[in-house]
Amino acid sequence: MIPAGAFLALAAALFALGVLAFFVKRDLLTQFMAVEVMLNAANLAFLALAKASLKADAQAVVIFVLTVAAAEAVVGMSIILLAFRRRKTIRTDDLSGLKG
Amino acid sequence: MAWVVFGVLSFFCLGSVAAMIVSRNQAHNALFLVLAFACLGGLFGLLDAPFAAAVQVIVYAGAIMVLFLFAIMMIDLKGGLPPERRRYVLVLAGLLGTVLLAELLLVARRAFIGAAGTVPAEGSGPAGIGHLLFTRYLYPFEITSLLLVAALVAAMTLADKPDRKGVP
Repeated sequence: MIPAGAFLALAAALFALGVLAFFVKRDLLTQFMAVEVMLNAANLAFLALAKASLKADAQAVVIFVLTVAAAEAVVGMSIILLAFRRRKTIRTDDLSGLKG
Repeated sequence: MAWVVFGVLSFFCLGSVAAMIVSRNQAHNALFLVLAFACLGGLFGLLDAPFAAAVQVIVYAGAIMVLFLFAIMMIDLKGGLPPERRRYVLVLAGLLGTVLLAELLLVARRAFIGAAGTVPAEGSGPAGIGHLLFTRYLYPFEITSLLLVAALVAAMTLADKPDRKGVP
């Protein structure tokens, strides 16, 4: 039987990779994908602990995370589309209007 | 046997996310992400969470990634992404990622509860989750439906064509 620690370690590695991707990539869409990776790592940790604690509550939390992620993807995508329509770019280096 | 499945799935999952970092093509990135999410679905199944596994494959690898691909098709970057990339950002991000991984592993070791149960949690099937959603998590459930309506309206408002007359 695989211990919960193995799944937690995998979730930690996945989350760290997501953070790495978020900071390395320079375009909005791929950075958005990196956020999705981080959300999934959190889901994996939730499910690992759900199994270890013999309770199904964390699975309900996973459903909520999925729903919120879907809503966030829709809104974020339309914001990215709007930014692209106005600025003709999605490179975060070029979108520096808020820089002081 | 379970270890073999776990190893293969986690290898492909981490590998495709790493390939997403290396690759510079956005469509390829989205497809790598589909692979990663499908592997995660398998891992969810390994964790005795069949409903979460099915939802992961259907919603994440299906719906959300199709949305990403739509957006990639709508945003046509002329000549792809420029190759210019600063080296120190890569080094700093690698450092941050390593420190974060070490921290998370430490926390995971401290929070380690012991060997996973050999029996699935009671009520971990779709029926049990549905029961939980409509009893203990009823208010979050209803608030989530509000959130979905808000996201729908926001997406339609934001993505509206600006040149339409008469519509604010």
